[in-house]
Amino acid sequence: MSALADGAWVAIGRAADVPLWEGRRVTVAGRRVAIFRTEDGLHAVSADCPHAGGPLQDGLVADGCVTCPLHGRRFDLRSGDWIGGADDGLTVYEVHERAGELHLRLP
Amino acid sequence: MSAAGGILVVGGGIAGQAVCEEVRRRDADVPLTMVCGESTAPYDRVRLSHLLAGEANAEELTLRPDDWYADRGVELVLGREVVALDPEAGVCELDDGRELHFERAALCTGSDPLLPPLPGIDLPGVHAFRTPEDCAAIAAGTADARRAVVIGGGLLGLEAAYGLVQHGVHVAVVHLVDRLMERQLDAAAAALLLPAIEALGVRVLLERQTTELCAEADGRVTAVRFADGTEEQADLVVVSIGIRPRVELARDAGLEVARGIVVDDALQTSHERVVAVGECAEHRSVVHGIVAPIHEQTAVAAETLLGARDAVYTGSIPSAKLKVMGIDLVTAGAAEGARAVVAADDAAGTYRKVILDSDGRAAGAVLLGDTRGHELLTDLVKRGEAVEDALALLVEASAATPADLPDAAQVCNCNGVCKGEILDAVRVDGCASGREVMARTRAGTGCGSCRSTVLDLVALATGGASEEPAYLCPCRQQTREQLAALVRERELSSVSELTGACGAGRDCGACKPGLAYLVSEVAANRHREERHARYINDRVHANIQNDGTFSVIPRIRGGVTTPQELRRIADVAERHEVPMVKITGGQRIDLLGIRKEALPQVWEELGMPSGHAYAKAVRTVKTCVGTDFCRFGLGDAIGVGIELERRMEGLYTPAKVKSAVTGCPRNCAEAYVKDIGLVAIEGGWEIYVGGAAGSRVRKGDLLTTVESGEQAIELALTFLQHYREQGDYLERTYDYVERVGLDAIRAAVLAEEGGEPARLRERFAIAKAAADPDPWLERHDPVHPKQFAELDTEPEPLTPIDAVLVGPPTGGAR
Ligand code: SRM
Ligand SMILES: Cc1cc2nc3c(=O)[nH]c(=O)nc-3n(C[C@H](O)[C@H](O)[C@H](O)COP(=O)(O)OP(=O)(O)OC[C@H]3O[C@@H](n4cnc5c(N)ncnc54)[C@H](O)[C@@H]3O)c2cc1C
Ligand code: SF4
Ligand code: FES
Repeated sequence: MSALADGAWVAIGRAADVPLWEGRRVTVAGRRVAIFRTEDGLHAVSADCPHAGGPLQDGLVADGCVTCPLHGRRFDLRSGDWIGGADDGLTVYEVHERAGELHLRLP
Repeated sequence: MSAAGGILVVGGGIAGQAVCEEVRRRDADVPLTMVCGESTAPYDRVRLSHLLAGEANAEELTLRPDDWYADRGVELVLGREVVALDPEAGVCELDDGRELHFERAALCTGSDPLLPPLPGIDLPGVHAFRTPEDCAAIAAGTADARRAVVIGGGLLGLEAAYGLVQHGVHVAVVHLVDRLMERQLDAAAAALLLPAIEALGVRVLLERQTTELCAEADGRVTAVRFADGTEEQADLVVVSIGIRPRVELARDAGLEVARGIVVDDALQTSHERVVAVGECAEHRSVVHGIVAPIHEQTAVAAETLLGARDAVYTGSIPSAKLKVMGIDLVTAGAAEGARAVVAADDAAGTYRKVILDSDGRAAGAVLLGDTRGHELLTDLVKRGEAVEDALALLVEASAATPADLPDAAQVCNCNGVCKGEILDAVRVDGCASGREVMARTRAGTGCGSCRSTVLDLVALATGGASEEPAYLCPCRQQTREQLAALVRERELSSVSELTGACGAGRDCGACKPGLAYLVSEVAANRHREERHARYINDRVHANIQNDGTFSVIPRIRGGVTTPQELRRIADVAERHEVPMVKITGGQRIDLLGIRKEALPQVWEELGMPSGHAYAKAVRTVKTCVGTDFCRFGLGDAIGVGIELERRMEGLYTPAKVKSAVTGCPRNCAEAYVKDIGLVAIEGGWEIYVGGAAGSRVRKGDLLTTVESGEQAIELALTFLQHYREQGDYLERTYDYVERVGLDAIRAAVLAEEGGEPARLRERFAIAKAAADPDPWLERHDPVHPKQFAELDTEPEPLTPIDAVLVGPPTGGAR
């Protein structure tokens, strides 16, 4: 854990493995993170829906938001906010692409 | 927790959780620790009844996910009890010897189930009904139990009995007094409830005082003995006679305790540092055993904990709602009083009563069998409103429309949407139709039972303005017709082209699967497939489950299989340790709980095509044995059914299309209630369309009668194509037939002289020719390397199978 802690960037996989407007999950240091690609780039958020743990990487993506496949909660991929809901957004992570590799920063 | 700092919550039930939530809502920083005697994070005890009845699973009961506590700085101590509390010193001791310091504490210790000190109460096979462990033990006990006895005919006892019936055991409820639920019901209502409970298959034994639980040599319980000397056989006993507040900790701490821990109007106990909330608390001599008061108490307790002294709790009304499917019962306040007005219909089993106190104020309501207006009446009782004319009030409540509901009333229970949010979707967000409101708020999109209420509310908010047009893309206000025209005109072949052309699908994205269907339908399946526009089920060709795994239902046409095929399915299930194998309601076999990565290999080993059970597509054709075996068979139901399935499988449709072919009007394959149903009659076949027996039950409309099975299939396919072209996305045939009208459908599908049926058949043939009959073959040629995997996982490598592929049955009895 310590090697990964405190803002370290971690290589998490190939950029080509996340198709446009889709998501895939990765588990880093025990955290499950969903990586999405939209028209304005990559996004990384906590992968388990706060409602009942739905797999957000499997959700529909549009307008910078993902819709949970289980019961349809919608979250903003930039802020992590639950659209139209009061509490419980997602944790947002930094993610970037370099030389075809994806890197995630752990807070 | 740091010394002398912060708030300590003792007990992690609904009350403990509510205290944490209310404190955090007001103060993000005060150190907050919750010590939970149970080893799981707080869960919804109320839903244990659903858990026992198999209507919920244990994980669903969790109130908040783990990170909720981490994110909000609430320290959870699980599986530990507070064994001593010193309010003066602000310190407590845990059962592992640890000490925690606090500035203030909230006692939320709840209660224990009351177990009478009878001989045999400790026998194996005797259970309380209070925790998930109890539910698991009861459910496990039903495996080899034949007769269960529930001691206690109160609300919980009846819910336990209902749960046991779902497990297939014979159940008797024994009750001490002469009527069920005497605490909530008057004699007349209880008399009506009795037959409703008995209709569930539960025997009810009233006025039985249990004196002993008897056992045989092996030590397990075998019977329950009563004071009158009679016995009732039982190999499983559930005791549900009441609760006992857990007050020992408070008593030992020197706090004032009566039946519960005594609190004042600020929820403060006899020590100023300590409050008590929930089932352990006694306020103005009342101890509540339900959830609603907890939320009313907590709002005040949180203020007190944070140092305010002006918040006041004046008490709550008792209320109850029986959670037994098929019996509607709601009560609020008292069941008897100075005055009452009753409207009862013994034959219909309905009973509606409003109770007034001597000052003419609403004091209670009992609604059985007909709970219309219960939100309204409960609200009046809660506020103790003066009632001029109780009879008029009852009439008014029966006629209460959604318009009369308070804004805070929850309308959609699946998605937790209240009336106010639905009205706001129209008034603030500008939604113009029911569909838009449903797309935005999600109300009505779960089980669907509230849909008519949602539509009523939308009509109310739009001033009764017309419901139409129905937009396929509500954000861009584009109808199916407009979008289809655009696709045709510009020869668009994908969802992104359509989005580029008019913006549909760009905003919320909810309509993307609808657009994907539209594009594929207009292009007769010669479209460019884009998986981002598809729901997850159609990306991996399996149905997503609540835990993120998938279910696999191979195609077994007509429900007819072979020993060979069954053996192979069994082998696959064993090799993959499939958690559950189940016969479905659609006469197919379901392998449940498969990981995404294992799907390709499971399909490979099955060697059977996809059953499309996850898609808005042609689903199963159920059959009965018909002329093959049945002594009443008038037509070859199996042959026609298998052929019908073969001819239409692989086609996507606006919503699921489920069919059946049955060999005579006894209707064993349930063809009268299918989207498409063929029924063999003397000398021919009847074709029914628009039937349903799902969330709505509707007998199909007889389209026409023909002479041969082949003609029946042809007409079924012609109808199917009409629906594929004219149905709105997610509109089942039962709604479509009503919207379009049978006459219009007959004109299109039957009137050969106009040429339309022939054109429909031609377009059907073109679409079918390009339809993918087996998307499971994508295992050999995935659309994306990670189609069946995550970033850091790989699909299981396909290992070739040596055994011969098993096809659909050909030989044998057929
Ligand atoms: C597997 C099966 C239950 C079973 O174990 O028997 C099933 C399972 C589901 N049904 Fe069903 N239905 C199954 C037969 C039925 C039947 C009976 C039938 O097909 O003859 C009906 C009533 C007929 C009908 O559809 O009108 C039925 C009416 C529904 C409905 C209500 C549809 C409606 O408009 O009234 C839904 C909800 C929906 O579609 O929105 C639904 C939805 C579902 C979903 C797909 C819910 C979901 O989205 O996850 C369930 C998937 C469970 C899972 O985790 O995999 N299921 N469902 C049955 C599969 C049949 C098959 O072999 O293909
Ligand atoms: C099957 C069932 C169905 C029900 N249905 C309904 C319904 O439909 N409607 C309704 O309103 N109510 C219903 N109820 C009642 C409702 O569930 C309770 O009123 C409510 O859950 C009480 O919450 P609580 O937090 O006060 O107590 P509890 O749920 O009892 O929680 C107390 C918690 O504190 C813990 N604890 C106790 N002492 C200590 C200690 N010293 N240290 C640490 N932890 C401690 C206990 O382990 C427990 O987890 C139902 C109850 C059951 C059992
Ligand atoms: S529907 Fe008719 S043919 Fe089919 S099983 Fe029933 S009685 Fe026999
Ligand atoms: S799990 Fe995501 S909305 Fe229910």
